[in-house]
Amino acid sequence: MTETGPGTPEAIAALTDALPSSPPRSQWWDVWAQFRSHKGAMAGAMVFLIILLAVIFGPWLWHIDPGYIDIRARNQGPSLAHPFGTDQLGRDTMARMFAGGRITMAVGVTAMLLALFLGSFIGILAGYFRALDGLLMRLTDLFLALPLLPLMLVMVLLFRDPLSAAFGPEMGIFILMVSAIGITSWMPTARIVRSDVLALKEREFILAARSSGTTNSKMISRHILPNVMSPIMVSATLGIANAIITESALSFLGLGFPPDFPTWGRLLFDATDYLQQYPERVIWPGVAISVTVLTVNYIGDGLRDALDPRIRGR
Amino acid sequence: MLTFTIRRLVLAIPTLLFISLVIFLLLELAPGDPMAQVPLTVPPEVKERMREALGLGEPIYIRFGNWLWQFFVIEPMHLIDVMFNTSLAEGQQRVISWQTRSPVMDIVAQRMPQTLWVVGLSYVVGVLIALPIGIYSAYKQYSWFDQIGTFISMVGFSVPTFFTGVLLIVVFSVQLGWFPSIYDTTLVVEDWASFKLQIRQMVMPVFVLALYNAAQISRFMRASMLDNLGQDYVRTARAKGLGERVVVLSHVLRNSMIPVVTVIALGVPQVFGGAIITEQVFKVNGLGALLINAIQANDLPMVQTLTFIFAVLIVVFNLIADVLYGVLDPRIRYD
Repeated sequence: MTETGPGTPEAIAALTDALPSSPPRSQWWDVWAQFRSHKGAMAGAMVFLIILLAVIFGPWLWHIDPGYIDIRARNQGPSLAHPFGTDQLGRDTMARMFAGGRITMAVGVTAMLLALFLGSFIGILAGYFRALDGLLMRLTDLFLALPLLPLMLVMVLLFRDPLSAAFGPEMGIFILMVSAIGITSWMPTARIVRSDVLALKEREFILAARSSGTTNSKMISRHILPNVMSPIMVSATLGIANAIITESALSFLGLGFPPDFPTWGRLLFDATDYLQQYPERVIWPGVAISVTVLTVNYIGDGLRDALDPRIRGR
Repeated sequence: MLTFTIRRLVLAIPTLLFISLVIFLLLELAPGDPMAQVPLTVPPEVKERMREALGLGEPIYIRFGNWLWQFFVIEPMHLIDVMFNTSLAEGQQRVISWQTRSPVMDIVAQRMPQTLWVVGLSYVVGVLIALPIGIYSAYKQYSWFDQIGTFISMVGFSVPTFFTGVLLIVVFSVQLGWFPSIYDTTLVVEDWASFKLQIRQMVMPVFVLALYNAAQISRFMRASMLDNLGQDYVRTARAKGLGERVVVLSHVLRNSMIPVVTVIALGVPQVFGGAIITEQVFKVNGLGALLINAIQANDLPMVQTLTFIFAVLIVVFNLIADVLYGVLDPRIRYD
């Protein structure tokens, strides 16, 4: 007769949990798995990475100086010496595309970071501190009601010369572009972050943290900020796309970087003068801008799906 | 609903005043000098008098007040004069452009039709394309039509209008020679031949803007339809034995249109802003081209008035969107 009461080795063995078959996965691993299953986003991420690497390392592999004028070799079509041809002054288009891509990407990423910082800062302040909410949201509404493109044109007109004088032409225009784009595109981020913070504030873990005496700054940096990272990351991708398009549009209107600093928008603008004779010249910068923005938008799409827990795991 | 509308209208006034102040102060920093064109032989004291004649000698708040008075009181009065043959604004100082020395609003009125034709038509075309595409791709989610539609709309709003425009010019006017690349604003439509010319020159700018707008609106339409197609009332409608056509086109569509209508209303002012670029590509002589010209010529009254007109458009259409939302969806009335 066998004992099957409590305390026997069989009963204890039945009570112990079976070891999980797979090691525990972090939240970010799940996000990555979901992101990988989005074909468009993966393709977008690959192409974006290739463009980014080409722009960063291209000038080291392709030695022609983008500003070098070879007037004998002007207006040439694609050849081995100049794969993308040359422009009306004989400058190598491929070298100018690399150099332009560097500036365009740098402006896009920096302006996005600025807009993201402003947007998250204002969104968290407005969501977390009720006293500031009304004021900051009215400010956001006001900014949303401003005619942004005309105002940006006006800002470029006003501050181009003083900033060029203070920081040198390239750095001055860079600062101007980044701040003009950053200051005019933080509003959507601020709104999304605020609404998320408002919802988070009602959760129990915030109450628990507060009851254990967490200060406001610790609360924001340890509990609020990590939990609003997903909307911030999605708006980061959209922000890069927006910044690249805006910079190119300003350059295209002739109010961006000066002609000796090529950006993709500036190259497109310069090429439109020769549209009748050399139509292929507008294609390179135009395709570069479009493909970059398209890939970034696809990454944003995939990221949005991957960060949404309702979709994840389906 | 009425009180809500009135409250929003009243709230719009300080918003507009604040925006006009921001624009005014921003332009106040401008380095340009309206006397830069005056020959150097003109003595400084005469220049000073000329400056005062332009109203530049006054302190800042008086000039701001003057501009507000001119824009909100004298210009509407002048409009009434023109429309009803009265003489309310006779002898009053209007907003004068430094570049042409003629009233700003007269030039704006000259340029308005071109912008309205191209931009307005392209928005209507864009909406008309977007709605069926959005509806059908939501109804057949993940079908090949939906996949292609999603891809095209992704491309449509990723490719900037200044590239699509230039690309169309390369293909259709440089290579094929079907359409003119420059919009001729002096063309007067009087007979069939000139009407055909007008249509031909409008095709490309309208198409570029329409594609861009359609891409955004069709995505909204699709998302909104998808939200509604999964709802219980749709299953109820089907269970009652209603045909698919009635279920989709009258039950689901009517409910899905609520957010889409407001998106369409909110998009109108943005289209005016975006048209600045398209006008530049096709050399349309509209408001956008006027603004770029005025910025390059340092014509501050013109820049200020135009920027403010864009701001008024945004505020007005925000208001329309808010009110429409309340009218269409009784659950979201704010009173």
